[in-house]
Amino acid sequence: MPDTDDILLSMKDLCIEGRTDEEWLDIVKGVDLELRKGEVLGLIGESGAGKSTIGLAAMGFARDGCRISGGEITFDGIDMRKAGEATKRRLRGRRIAYVAQSAAASFNPAHKLIDQYSEGPVKHGVMSRDEAESDATDLYRRMQLPDPDSIGFRFPHQVSGGQLQRAMTAMAMACRPDLIIFDEPTTALDVTTQIEVLAAIRDIVEQFDTAALYITHDLAVVAQMADRIKVLLKGEEVEESDTRSMLANPTQDYTKSLWAVRTHARLEQPPVGEGRPVLSIRNVTAGYGSVDVLKDVSFDIHPRRTVAVVGESGSGKSTTARVITGLLPPRRGEVLFNGEALPPDFRRRSRDQLRQAQMIYQMADTALNPKLKIRELVGRPAQMYLGLRGKALEERIRELLSLIEMDPDDYIDRLPSELSGGQKQRIGIARALAAEPQFIICDEVTSALDQLVAEGILKLLDRLQGEFDLAFMFITHDLATVKAIADEVVVMKDGVVVEKGPKSEMFQPPHDPYTELLLSSVPEMDPDWLTGLLKARATAADG
Amino acid sequence: MSHIVNMILKRIALGILTLFVVSLIIFLATELLPGNFAQEILGQSATPETVAALRRQLGLDQPMHVRYAIWLTDVLRGDFGESLANGMAVSELIGRRLGNTLYLALYAAAIAVPLSLALGILAALLRNSFFDRFANASALTSISFPEFFVAYILIFLLAGAGGAFPSMANFRGDPSFGEFLYRAFLPALTLTLVVTAHMMRMTRAAIINLLASPYIEMAHLKGMNPMRVIVKHALPNALAPIINVIALNLAYLITGVVVVEVVFVYPGLGQLMVDSVAARDMPVVQGVALVFAAAYVFLNLAADVLATLSNPRLVHGR
Amino acid sequence: MGLFTGLFWLAIAVVLGLAAGWVFRMAVAAASPRPIARELRTAPLTASFGMLIILIYVLLAVFAPLVAPFPETEVVGTEYQPWDNVHLLGTDNLGRDMLSRLIYAARNTVGIAFVTTALAFILGVMTGLLAASVGGWVDQVLSRAVDVLMAIPALIFALLLLTIVGTSIVNMILVIALIDSTRVFRLARAVAMNIVVMDYVEAARLRGEGLLRLNLREILPNAMAPLVAEFGLRFCFVFLMISALSFLGLGIQPPTADWGSMVKDNATLISFGDITPLLPAGAIALLTVCVNFVVDWQLHRASGLKE
Repeated sequence: MPDTDDILLSMKDLCIEGRTDEEWLDIVKGVDLELRKGEVLGLIGESGAGKSTIGLAAMGFARDGCRISGGEITFDGIDMRKAGEATKRRLRGRRIAYVAQSAAASFNPAHKLIDQYSEGPVKHGVMSRDEAESDATDLYRRMQLPDPDSIGFRFPHQVSGGQLQRAMTAMAMACRPDLIIFDEPTTALDVTTQIEVLAAIRDIVEQFDTAALYITHDLAVVAQMADRIKVLLKGEEVEESDTRSMLANPTQDYTKSLWAVRTHARLEQPPVGEGRPVLSIRNVTAGYGSVDVLKDVSFDIHPRRTVAVVGESGSGKSTTARVITGLLPPRRGEVLFNGEALPPDFRRRSRDQLRQAQMIYQMADTALNPKLKIRELVGRPAQMYLGLRGKALEERIRELLSLIEMDPDDYIDRLPSELSGGQKQRIGIARALAAEPQFIICDEVTSALDQLVAEGILKLLDRLQGEFDLAFMFITHDLATVKAIADEVVVMKDGVVVEKGPKSEMFQPPHDPYTELLLSSVPEMDPDWLTGLLKARATAADG
Repeated sequence: MSHIVNMILKRIALGILTLFVVSLIIFLATELLPGNFAQEILGQSATPETVAALRRQLGLDQPMHVRYAIWLTDVLRGDFGESLANGMAVSELIGRRLGNTLYLALYAAAIAVPLSLALGILAALLRNSFFDRFANASALTSISFPEFFVAYILIFLLAGAGGAFPSMANFRGDPSFGEFLYRAFLPALTLTLVVTAHMMRMTRAAIINLLASPYIEMAHLKGMNPMRVIVKHALPNALAPIINVIALNLAYLITGVVVVEVVFVYPGLGQLMVDSVAARDMPVVQGVALVFAAAYVFLNLAADVLATLSNPRLVHGR
Repeated sequence: MGLFTGLFWLAIAVVLGLAAGWVFRMAVAAASPRPIARELRTAPLTASFGMLIILIYVLLAVFAPLVAPFPETEVVGTEYQPWDNVHLLGTDNLGRDMLSRLIYAARNTVGIAFVTTALAFILGVMTGLLAASVGGWVDQVLSRAVDVLMAIPALIFALLLLTIVGTSIVNMILVIALIDSTRVFRLARAVAMNIVVMDYVEAARLRGEGLLRLNLREILPNAMAPLVAEFGLRFCFVFLMISALSFLGLGIQPPTADWGSMVKDNATLISFGDITPLLPAGAIALLTVCVNFVVDWQLHRASGLKE
């Protein structure tokens, strides 16, 4: 039994409700939680699990439209539900601090970083303004920010995302709180940036022996950060144990299924022969204004193959898609379809050329017209390209819905708003299939979805490829997805193809240095991974 | 820094260009006037000779672009031509009344701007309270009232039998400043009521819009009190929309004065404009319209420049 | 009448109005099919009251000849008769029945304002959607033209144009519709711009849909909610502008009954403590308030769903 004096934060049977249209719905349904001083507890779950809401509740805070409806929250002997606003204000920022998901949105654009840093300590009477400024510089240095002496005097928009996230962690540390709530602090960052932020956060939490609630949806990340892990599902606890035993042998089916996600793998395809590629991108240079976003990009996509285009934000992978679809005519180079050059501007392409190349979007929410029914969304391409009318059209729509494993009778007359995220993405797939194309661009189709749902979508795409001889171009930043679905990989950085080749070669050394960095930065489900990696990188730098 | 100077210079150039195009529209509008301008002045009984003489005298026999150039250079020198109704110089007619109109608009603005900002911030702070709902409903109501309705209600309540204020703004005998404030009180109050409601609602909306931002939540989570959150964290970011609201309403005051001046028989530009439109006294209408448009363009320009200067993203480049 | 008595009666009127709104909301909700009824029940009392009054105005406008006790333009008594049993609200400056003219004005003023707003909308929405969906130089030309037109204050521009084309009802409708369509253009373009960047519009373009279908099926249905609310706001604006012009003697011309000119013609009575000339002004104010109440509810509903 742990010593009860050691307990910093405890929640008993916590219930939180949220309001939708005049009705109160349960978001958190009776969660218990205990956190000792200096301990890091990982809260993990998919969207809608209520993990952020629990994190804010630890500060006695509920967002507009939410209310804490039951249970106890005790922070160091203080009843946070009964405490008055003034008491809670004295705790917030002073003894419990918060690090938000998007630092770019959570820093006030009107004030310099150091002013926002000093505000807490000065207003809480912890230090004077001068002390706070020199303290900020010290913490910026410890967080390994560049130019720690001057970076504080910049405005948020003058600092990059990864640096802002570290500056925000420094700000949370300003009053040396007993507890920090980290709410998905690295979710919005690229993998190579994520490493730096993770390392800096872990360092500083250890140095000051601060307790933390680390909220995330990424198991591999939480494995690096937390001493214990609690798994949440739809506002309820699934299980909790210390990190190593949780990773070694999860007891609940749901937890196991989360582990299983990363195991889907496509069967190895025979190597591509001399056959003609469906799509061939030849020496394409393209960009906006005077800036070249793509520089001399070339690669081929063969029938029945999936080519994954991988890169971080700004690498030019989405721009490549825009060139192929004809939304952005290239400055130089061309796109060949079945050996024939496509007109650069989509408005000059024939209906058949438009039909042959379809697209599935990342955000199914914005990819489906919210005012049209499924019938029209899926039926329109079939009507337009294949001239189907009346009964034939109806039959075809039903067939397509069956293909994406949705019951036609149930769904054909629904609006997109009546579907879940995964179902919307399936409708996006059906719409692409309706045109009976040879080639489909999948733009980050799984990155907005929870892992289990994403898994289903990948399996579906895999099956459809076999049934309809489709070629896929898969744009993604997620290497786990690449491993799961690709035959060939194209790695891009700053508008240039860094490396390309079959998947089996790509995941075997030797690599191009950037591919190496990218591959090694993907968190692994091993609690010692981050420590090991940082050590290896340090030795490599020394040697 | 040079970046923002550039932006502001461009905006000013655009303002001047706009004014130029506006002057062109106002000039061309006269050209569309159906019928013969000179004939209209002289009446149906005029002989062809006198009409032709007048046309020459007015320069109407010149081609259009030449006349525009002459007209524009005259206007830039402050010469708006002569009134068709009484032969007085338009610039003199305008000059005398422009001051009166400006005083009235400033009088109203001096009350309305601070009042509505304070009410708007208060309503945002106490949102969904009884005060907020009451302020909102009354603002909505007063926005919906035609200016002359507000004016006549005020006359009914505060002037007339036993009323404390004069219902007609009489400026005979060069009144003192205090006397002016007293005599112009009802027109100024009418304008104040009309614009305050609108400004208050938009100030409140601008602030509430920001209250959903993550950085406002962050300020709460740093333990800052609600007043500080609004004043220190929301207000600096709401400056641009609030500046725009103020400019929009000051511009609205300019239009609003027309009706209010007529109700209170206030000797201002609006009164002059209405009289001239009724008499189809084109040079005067042109001149007054140009003055109103210039004020309008200038206000929008000032608002844009101030809003740019209040945005740290623009002032401090990357 | 003291200020406090006035406030007392005002309070009574507000309570009665809200009560009438409540009864109306219940009655309509009970008579409508379920989904509409559910939305109606969420309407605040102010909006219910607003809908009730708008309905009454519309009925009065349509059935004016049946409701009005006297003809619109006929002189039926002496000038400025006080309120009595025959002429419930007295007579005007020429001896015409005040009540009848008030009722006929509902038809004239509201009808003209509605036609003008509708015209402004057709013009503004069509050009606004076109600018957003075509983009490029079409957008540039339209937007810059509107910028310049909006640099002249609306009332002043209307006065200028009316001086030129002369004051008649048709001219006034056209002039105000033109001026107001610039404001509609701005909003329609802004709303459509937010929709045009959506992936589903891109998907439709890539599918090869024509401009007409793109606008009618993909953009317009998603722009309807803000546009409908804007229609209410623009109606109020146009209505107030027409009233102001008529009040200035430059809008709807005699002998057509119209609220703005009725205020002007009988304004002298106010100095004698007679509130009759305030009635047409009050009629304008009441309708505008009611439309605003309904619009406010709709805007709140549209934005409330996002929060």
